[in-house]
Formats: sequence, structure tokens, C-alpha cells
Amino acid sequence: MDIPYTVKPRPDTGLYNAKVGIWLFLASEVMLFGALFSSYILLRVGAEKLEWPHGVLNVYIGTFNTFVLISSSITVVMAWASLKMNNFRNFKIFQGLTIMCAFLFLGVKSYEYSEKFKHYTLVLKDGRNMTGHVEVNGKTAFFLNDVKLNAKGHEIPEFTFHPDPVNAISNIPLEKTEPTAGKGEAAKGEAKTEPAHETHAEAGAAHHEAMVIKSSDVKRLSAFVPAHSTYFGIYFCITGLHGLHVLGGAIVMFYFWMPGSKMWRTEPERFINRIEVSGLFWHFVDLVWIFLFPVLYLL
Amino acid sequence: MSLKAIHIVFVVCSVLLALFFGGWEANAFLQTHARGSLLLSLGSFASAVLLLIYGKAVLKKLKHISYL
Repeated sequence: MDIPYTVKPRPDTGLYNAKVGIWLFLASEVMLFGALFSSYILLRVGAEKLEWPHGVLNVYIGTFNTFVLISSSITVVMAWASLKMNNFRNFKIFQGLTIMCAFLFLGVKSYEYSEKFKHYTLVLKDGRNMTGHVEVNGKTAFFLNDVKLNAKGHEIPEFTFHPDPVNAISNIPLEKTEPTAGKGEAAKGEAKTEPAHETHAEAGAAHHEAMVIKSSDVKRLSAFVPAHSTYFGIYFCITGLHGLHVLGGAIVMFYFWMPGSKMWRTEPERFINRIEVSGLFWHFVDLVWIFLFPVLYLL
Repeated sequence: MSLKAIHIVFVVCSVLLALFFGGWEANAFLQTHARGSLLLSLGSFASAVLLLIYGKAVLKKLKHISYL
């Protein structure tokens, strides 16, 4: 039995089945991302000064990824328009470019994540609060924390710390980070912060002299992972969920690009509809990023 | 809403983002005089103009396709 309205529109809705389906699905997606966006904005506006990292993400990388996603939206429409104009060869080219953009985005995002996983906040028992990179036995450490430093049987007695010239979280210059033990906690809040613009470009660049830190002196050590703070918790949640959508969209588009494209020979109208539906999903994913980029990277 | 319609919405959002980002980086340049901020600002404003031209071209190319 044939399923009706896979090609022709239903008389009541004026749309074919798949288009109604994808819009219902996208409505649920709007609610999902809307809830996450609202949570982020409420946490952001409710945070105390110095408690919410500003300028910790690399704007250049974010800008590049935004450019990649906008380009992919253009190529996905070009692919659909090529089919509408009966040009299957151009469809193959544009769809291939879209898939390439999707994987380029994911590759850059993975690099961005890996940079975070080896960047640390270190709080010493004397009150000093720094960010930087950790080396254990001459190797860059990923995902290290104060619990792992003192894990029974796997204790790390000391490690090398390469501090950032400016604290990546609070934007307080290293020179102004002095031991507060004995001076009271208020000293930390008095340090003057630098504008975020000056720091984001320097992230990961020049380090001050390396310090050898004894694990017994560490109050807190955490990589920039979800457990680090509320900011990183929601950052990884939203961007990770978005990344999964990009991956899902890329897999579906790859299917239509390679094995699924056989349908073009038997049911061309239905195949065009499938490409339109995948393009609608892709536009939603890109629109989410259009809002995510300024909210996470700039504001 | 067809792919054509949502693409137009997307282009409008992209133009607005490019203008906002251009302004944000221009402000950063005025504060820090970093050359990178100036380049990003100019590039962003140029992208906004290019996207507007592209949007107009798409509308012309796809004029026979429905918005529904």
C-alpha cells in the first residue's frame, strides 16, 4: 500500500507529510533549546561580578565556525535549488560541500573542546587563584583535578604549572594575584580587572615562568570541564547538544548524498522533498548557532 | 514554510549578526587598538553587505518557488 501525500500536498494542510512532520519536530526543538537559552541568560544576568567568566572562549575560532555554518546553509539551498532545476550533478557538488562544512565545524569544535580540557583553574591554600596549563612528568595533563592528585595508589606529589599572564576566568593579571592567607578574603575582590577584549586574544599565548607546585599546597585544581563551574556546565551542555544536532544532520545528508540518492531516478519529486526537509532541519541547527555565538562568545 | 522562506529568515538573521558583531569588534578596537579586532569588524560589515546582495539574488533566482 502506498503512503499518501509523500509528494503531493494534503488538501487540508497544503503541505506534504514530511514537511508537516519536520515542522512539528522543529517546534519541539525550539522548546528544548529555548529552555536552555533561558537558563543560560537567567544564570548570566544573576551572576555576581568576577563569578562569570568573560572572554574565556576564543572569538576567532567562534567567528570561523559561524562563517562555516552560514556557508553550509547557502550550499544546502543551492543543492535543493539544483534538483528543482533538474541538475543532479550540481546537487552532488553542493550537498558534498555542505557535508564538508558540517565536519569542518565539528573538527574545529573538537579542537576548541580539547583546548579547554587542558586549561586549568588552580587555587592554592595560600589564596592564590590562577589559570594555566599543567604538566605532569613533562606531559600536558588533561582532565586532572585535586581528587586525582591525591588518589590512593596514584598520588602525584608535585606538578609543573604554567600560569596565564591574566586569569582567564576573572581577568585579574597574574602580578596582582598575591597570597591572601593572613590578609583576609577581601583582598581577592579588590584586584582590578582588565577588559575582556585584551585577554581573549592572548588565551593560550605567552605564559609566565613555570612553577613547581606541591599537591599538598593545592586547594582546588580543575580543568575547564562541566564540573568546573556553572558557566562551563551550561556551555558544554548547549554546545554539545548543538554539536550532536550537527552530527545527526550531517549523517542524514550523507545518506541522501550517497546511497539515498538512488531515489532521484525512480521518484524525483519525493527525493526533492526529502532534500528540502533535511535543509529545513539544517537551517534550524544553523539558526541556533547564530544565536549561540553572540550569547556565549561575546556577551 | 518552505526552505526558501526559512532561508530568507536565516539570511536576515545572519545580516543582523554580522552588523552586531562588526559593531562589537569596532568597540573592542576603540578600547584596545588591536589590529585583529579592526580586521574582524571590517570583515563582518563586508559580510553583511555581501549577504544582503546574496539574499536579493536568491529571491530573484527562486521567485517561481512557493513560500509555503
